[in-house]
Amino acid sequence: MKTIKFLFATFLFSSIFISCTDDTDDPIIIEENPLAEFNILTSSKANGHIVEVYSEQQQYTIGYNELFLRIKDESTDSYVSNAEISWMPVMHMTEMMHSCPKSSIGKTDNASVYKGFTVFQMPGNTDEYWDLTLEYTIADQEYTVTERIEVNSPMDGKKRVNSFIGSDDSRYILAMLPIVPEVAVNDFSAVVFKMENMMSFPAVTDYKIAIDPRMPSMGNHSSPNNEDLTYDSVSGFYQGKLSLTMTGYWKINLKLMNAADEILKGEEVTEENEASSLFFELEF
Amino acid sequence: MYYYLCYVKISSSVIVYPTKLLDQFNYNQMKTKISWSHLNMRTQKKSFLYFSMILFCALFSTISNAQEQKVEILQDSILPINLEEVIVISSYKNALEHKSHHKPLSTLDEYLESSQKVNMIKRGAYAWEPVLNDMSSERISVTIDGMRIFGACTDKMDPVTSYVDVSNLSEAYISSGQQGAEKGATIGGALDLRLEKSNFKPTGLVGAFETGGESGNNAHIFGGELNYSDETFYIDTDIIYRKAENYAAGDGVEVPFSQFEKYNISANAGYRVSDDRKLSATFIFDEARDVGYPALPMDVSLAQAFIGSVSWFQNSFFGNFEKWKTKIYANKVTHAMDDSKRPDVPIRMDMPGWSETYGYFSQAKMKLNNHDFLVKIDGFYNCSLAEMTMYPADPNEREMFMLTWPDVRTLNTGFYAEDVIKINEGILKLSTRLAVQNFNVADEFGFNSLRIIYPEMQQRQTRFLKSISTKYQTKMELFNFTGGLSYGDRAPSVSEGFGFYLFNSFDNHDYIGNPDMENEKALEGNAKLSITKEKFNINLEGNYFYITDYIIGEIDSELSVMTIGADGVKVYKNLESADLYNVSLDTEYKILPELKWSGVISYHRGTDQDGRNLPFISPVAYGSNLQYNNKTFSGDLTMRGAGQQKNFNPEFGEDETDAYTVFSLTLGKQFSFSDDNLYVKLGVENIFDQFYSTYTDWKNIPRMGRNFFATVSYAIN
Repeated sequence: MKTIKFLFATFLFSSIFISCTDDTDDPIIIEENPLAEFNILTSSKANGHIVEVYSEQQQYTIGYNELFLRIKDESTDSYVSNAEISWMPVMHMTEMMHSCPKSSIGKTDNASVYKGFTVFQMPGNTDEYWDLTLEYTIADQEYTVTERIEVNSPMDGKKRVNSFIGSDDSRYILAMLPIVPEVAVNDFSAVVFKMENMMSFPAVTDYKIAIDPRMPSMGNHSSPNNEDLTYDSVSGFYQGKLSLTMTGYWKINLKLMNAADEILKGEEVTEENEASSLFFELEF
Repeated sequence: MYYYLCYVKISSSVIVYPTKLLDQFNYNQMKTKISWSHLNMRTQKKSFLYFSMILFCALFSTISNAQEQKVEILQDSILPINLEEVIVISSYKNALEHKSHHKPLSTLDEYLESSQKVNMIKRGAYAWEPVLNDMSSERISVTIDGMRIFGACTDKMDPVTSYVDVSNLSEAYISSGQQGAEKGATIGGALDLRLEKSNFKPTGLVGAFETGGESGNNAHIFGGELNYSDETFYIDTDIIYRKAENYAAGDGVEVPFSQFEKYNISANAGYRVSDDRKLSATFIFDEARDVGYPALPMDVSLAQAFIGSVSWFQNSFFGNFEKWKTKIYANKVTHAMDDSKRPDVPIRMDMPGWSETYGYFSQAKMKLNNHDFLVKIDGFYNCSLAEMTMYPADPNEREMFMLTWPDVRTLNTGFYAEDVIKINEGILKLSTRLAVQNFNVADEFGFNSLRIIYPEMQQRQTRFLKSISTKYQTKMELFNFTGGLSYGDRAPSVSEGFGFYLFNSFDNHDYIGNPDMENEKALEGNAKLSITKEKFNINLEGNYFYITDYIIGEIDSELSVMTIGADGVKVYKNLESADLYNVSLDTEYKILPELKWSGVISYHRGTDQDGRNLPFISPVAYGSNLQYNNKTFSGDLTMRGAGQQKNFNPEFGEDETDAYTVFSLTLGKQFSFSDDNLYVKLGVENIFDQFYSTYTDWKNIPRMGRNFFATVSYAIN
C-alpha cells in the first residue's frame, strides 16, 4: 500500500513537474521555429538563398492573404535578419498583365520573420497565372527572385473580396480580413484599395464601409448593434463591429461611402431589395 | 370561471386555525396503478360505444338497490385563512379514487379548470397553463409538495402541472396573492400540488385499477395502484397511462395535431423511525410523447420529468418549536419540440430544453398563547438551458444554431415567517418572505449572444425579493369577513430576463429577454364577505392588484425578426404600472339533503397605466350546477359560460372572443362485492356540440365538441 501511495505521489508530482517544464519550454520552441504553426506556401531557391512564404491558410487564396517571409542563407544554414524586402505579385492574363493590392513588407518581433499582405482579386487558371517577385537587399547587396504561385478560390467558396467600378468611375478592391466568427459581437475589419493603374493600387483611408449582415435562409433576418467600418490609422484597416445572432450562413451586405458620404457602391437592403450588390459572405 | 358542484367545493366562511386544518388534509390513500398497452384504436372506438351503452343500461337498472357509503368528502371543511380553494383530486376515505370529481381520470388540467379560481391557457389538448387571478406562469408559484420545479420549454408548452397526474395527487392548494408566499416569491398566488400518501394508516395492502375512455378524442386511460401501509411503514405505487387522438370540436370539426400520449409512474414510501420521527421519500417519473399543439407551429416529441425528494419529520424540535419538517429534492425536466409532422413549415427546426432544480426547505412551528408561528428557510438552484437548431432548405448550407436560454443558473435563498394570532372572534395573520436571488448566465456562447443586444450586461446579478402581508378574518353578526393587504415582488423569469428570440405564436412576435429590468412589485388588497346558513351560503369576494414595473413584451422596431413570418420583435420591459381586479359572487343552496345547486359569476379587468387592456383577462364568466348525491348514486348537470370578451388587446395578439354557454351531464354509480368496490361514471360534456373557444384558447383553437366519457374503477381491499 505504501508503495502504491508513493508511486502515485511520484506520478502526480512528476506530471505537474512535466507540465510545468512544458510551459517554460514553449517559447524556446517558438524561438527555433517561429512559423511552425503556419503552412509553407512556396519555397524559392535562388541566389544562394531559400525564400520561404508562410501563411495561416493552406493556399494563396483570392482576397486578403497575410503572408510571412523568411530568407535562409544556404551557406550558413541560418535565417537572415534585417533584410529589406519589397514584392510585386503579377497576374499574367492572356491579353494583359496586372498586379494586385499589397502592403509593404515589415518586420515582426522576430527579426528573421517578415510580414505583409496581398489582396488577390482573381484566381489563376490553366492559361492565366500569378507570379510573385521578391526584391530583397542583404548587406547592401540586391537580389531578386520570381516564383510562380497558384492562387485559388477559397475552399468554402465564400466571397471575401470585391473588385468593382464605383459611381466615381474608379475601380476599387474591397476585401475583408479573416475572421473566426462567433455568435457574439465580432471585431470586423476590411481593406479598401483604389486601382490607379494596372500595377498600382494605393490604399484608401478616408472612406466608410456600412455593413448590414443578413441571413437569407431566415427570411433575411438581421442582427442589432453592428458598427460600420471606419479607417483606423494604427492598424491600417477599416474596423467595425459585426453582430451574429446565430451560426449559419450570413451575407454581409455592404455600402462603400467616400469622404463626402456619397455611396460609391452598394444598396440599402429593404423588403423589396433583399441584398446589396456589394457583399461578403460568412458561414460557421 | 366555472364551477362544478360535484367536486368538492370548500367555503371559507368559518374561522379555523390553519395548523389543524393542514393535517386534516394530509391523510391519503396509498396507491399503485397498472397500465395496459392500448389496443387497436378503431376496434376500441366501436367497442367503446357498445361498452357505454351496456353500462348505461346496467347503471339505471341498479340505481335503486345498492347500499354504500356516501361519496362526499371534505364537504364541510373550512379553509384556513391563507387558502382560497382546495381542489380535491382524490378521496382519502376510499381506495376508489377521483369519484368526488364529475369526471374521474380526467387530466389534472381538467381538474384544475373545474376550480373557481384557476383558469387554464390552452394550446392544445394537453399541458394547459394555469392562470390565477388573471396571472400565469411567471407571476404564480407552482410547486409539487412544496418543491420548486420549472418547465424546460421556452414556449411554455410544459407547465409544471403537466409533469404530475391525478393518479399521484390528493389535492391542489390554491392561495391567492401573497398568501402564496410561503412556497416562493409570487405576485398572483400559489398552486401547491399535494402528493397522495398513505401516511402510516393501518390499511394493509390495497390495490385498485381504473380505466376510462372518451369519445371526443378517442382517449383511453388505464391506471392502477398498489399500496401497503401499516403504522411503521408505507409504500404507495401508482401508474397511469393516457392516449388520445385528435379531438373533434363542435359540429364535428377535427382539430389536427391535438393528440397526446403520456404515462406517469410514482412511488412514495415512509418509515417511522421512532414515535415522533418519520422519514419519507417520493419519486415521480412522467413522460409524454407525440403531443400535438394545434395552436402552435410545433409539437412535442418528448416531455419528461424525474422528480424526487427525501423528507424528515419530527414532532418535537428545540425550545417551543415543534413539527419540524425538512425536505431536500431534485428534479430534471427534458423537453423536445418537434415539427417533423407538420407538412408546411418555413424552416425545420429542433428546440430541446432542459431544466434542473435542486432545492430544500426546513420549517418548524411554534404555538405560544394565542400565536401560531411558522418559520421556514428554503432555497433552490435551477439551471435552464434551451437551444434551437434550424435546418436551411439548401442542404449545402450549415445548420443555424442559437441558445435561447443561455444556461441560466438561478440560486434563490429565502426566509419565511408567519404568525397567526387569535383575537377574540377573529384571526390575524402576518407573514413575510425575504429572499436573495442570484442569476448567473453560465454559458459563454449564450452570454455573448445576449451581449449583442446588451453590450454592458453582467454575467451575474443579484436581486432581493420581499413580501409582507396581513390578513384578517372575523365573524360578525350576519356574515364573515376576510380582508387583507399585502406587498410582494418577483424577479423576472428566465425567459423575461435572458430569453433570446423566443417566438410567441399568439402575437406572432419574437421575444427577447431584458436583464436590466426592475423587479415587478404588487400591492394587493382583497376582501371577502360570506354568509353561511344551514341551507345556503353566499360569498362575495374581490381582489385588486396594483402592479408597478409590470413585466411585458413591447415592440422594438429596431430589431429584425428571427422567426420567418413573424411580425416583429418584442423586448421585455417594465410598464409603469398595471391594475388588475377580480370580483366574484358564488352561492350554494341545498334544496334537499341529496340535491344541491350552486352558481358563480365573476368579473375581471386588467389595464396598464394608459388604460390599455392587458392580455389574457377573463370576460364575465358564470357557471351553474345542480348536483344529486345519494349513497351510491350521483348525478350532475353543469352549465358554464362566459360573456363576450370586449376588453381585448390586438397588440398582444388578442381578438374578440364570442360569448358561449355549454352544458354537461354526468352520472355515477357505486357497486359493492363483499369488500371490493366498483365505481362507474358516465357523462357527456358539451351536450349541444357547440363550436366555441374561450379567451384562454391560444389563437382561438376551438374546444372539444360533444364528448361522451366513461370510467370504471375497481378497488380491492
